[in-house]
Amino acid sequence: MGQQTALYQKHLQMNAKLVDFGGWDMPINYGSQVEEHHKVRTDVGMFDVSHMTVVDVTGADAKEYLRYLLANDVIRLKERGKALYSGMLNETGGVVDDLIVYLMTDPDVAGEWFRVVVNCGTREKDLRWMADHTAGFDNVALTERPELAMVAIQGPNALARVISVVSESRGKLIENLKPFQGLESEGWFFARTGYTGEDGLEVMVPEEYVADFWQALADAGVAPCGLGARDTLRLEAGMNLYGSDMDEKISPLSANMGWTIAWEPADRDFVGRQALENQRSAGVKQKLVGLVLESRGVLRSHQKVMINGEEAGEITSGTFSPTLGCSIAMARVSAEIADTCHVDMRGKLVEVKVVKPSFVRNGAKVFS
Amino acid sequence: MSDIPSDLKYVASHEWIRDEGDGVVTIGITDHAQDLLGDVVFVELPEVGAEFATGDDLGVVESVKAASDVYAPLSGEVIAINEELEDAPELVNSDPYGDGWFVQIRLSDESETDDLLDADGYAELCEAES
Repeated sequence: MGQQTALYQKHLQMNAKLVDFGGWDMPINYGSQVEEHHKVRTDVGMFDVSHMTVVDVTGADAKEYLRYLLANDVIRLKERGKALYSGMLNETGGVVDDLIVYLMTDPDVAGEWFRVVVNCGTREKDLRWMADHTAGFDNVALTERPELAMVAIQGPNALARVISVVSESRGKLIENLKPFQGLESEGWFFARTGYTGEDGLEVMVPEEYVADFWQALADAGVAPCGLGARDTLRLEAGMNLYGSDMDEKISPLSANMGWTIAWEPADRDFVGRQALENQRSAGVKQKLVGLVLESRGVLRSHQKVMINGEEAGEITSGTFSPTLGCSIAMARVSAEIADTCHVDMRGKLVEVKVVKPSFVRNGAKVFS
Repeated sequence: MSDIPSDLKYVASHEWIRDEGDGVVTIGITDHAQDLLGDVVFVELPEVGAEFATGDDLGVVESVKAASDVYAPLSGEVIAINEELEDAPELVNSDPYGDGWFVQIRLSDESETDDLLDADGYAELCEAES
């Protein structure tokens, strides 16, 4: 028996099939992963993501600390609630974890603070890493917030459906949220972020209220969805999964995360900067691409990618895309790859199309 | 608990066998197997006329989770395949003992059926595996 979120009893009531995920008992599906996937693309679904780790970063040096800790630069957060996606790198330029950081106050005010959300499977490592790197900053406090449960409500009807079950003042706040912005309302935190490629919210709720919130959403027609659908949705959206698409040995430059590195200002020192600059000047040998299999079969992680009969990389994440009706994958391959290549699928070479690693956004196919 | 009809026979690799008489059997995968696989997205079946010995690869089931071989539970010649599965592989999930059948085989050695498990034997095996 693993750790249980505050929604565990709800999952049992709703016939979830539970699996171990990073030490937590989490729903993999509530019947059909494919139906849950379609529900998010066409209407709205909800996910229990309470297992994720929330850390508040406060103190007068909070900003300078995060500017040193992260490859992206929190100075880009110019408005209350704005969110930033970043890698947290080690000295060799590998990815310790990927995370979201929200600016919780107006920018550049006294008492300015941030909220960071990291992966569940990397919790202990991340907390240690973050604590170790406070050395040299006099005034930084890290506070984990395990008492906050988190529900992701995703899909074209997500905002309207959440507004229908919350108080009027919270509804107003949601209506005015910009994409990639999160704001607090009476102890609840509503962020217009997600991991599906659809519009939606991630809502942090004190755990004593989350079961009622979940039930109200279910009564309003929001479909409970498991980790299975979460994985096919994020892969269609071209979003990386830590531990599969990148890890401590992989540079963000080889993981389609180059856009998350804030090179300017050039005098900002951040952990991993020197290594990344060396990699950039030496030339990056491998990149993360998208693969599409138009014939039958399903691409799976660790299958080999072949160019002209030579091994040229491997699949990092592969699945069947319910939206496209064919298999898609992300693969780390030689940077010289052309627009087609082959994959060794259970001993058989199949031809696949090479595309940018993004397949579906807002319900529609994005590659040609 | 998964559904295990008492009028069928089973093998440990989670295929079911229905005796259609005249040395012909219908084969599919069990409710327990489809539940383990999750949503089925492709089924690869043999050609009509192909011959198999017990234990040979008969086909492949691909689900959202994994690719899984289907083994011939008995020796014989394929006389029909379920073409519906090409466009509607989800039938394997929704009706594993009915519309989700895979192939029909004309047995080459009917005495092999003596080795099959009955429903109780298969239920015990699933129990032991879980």
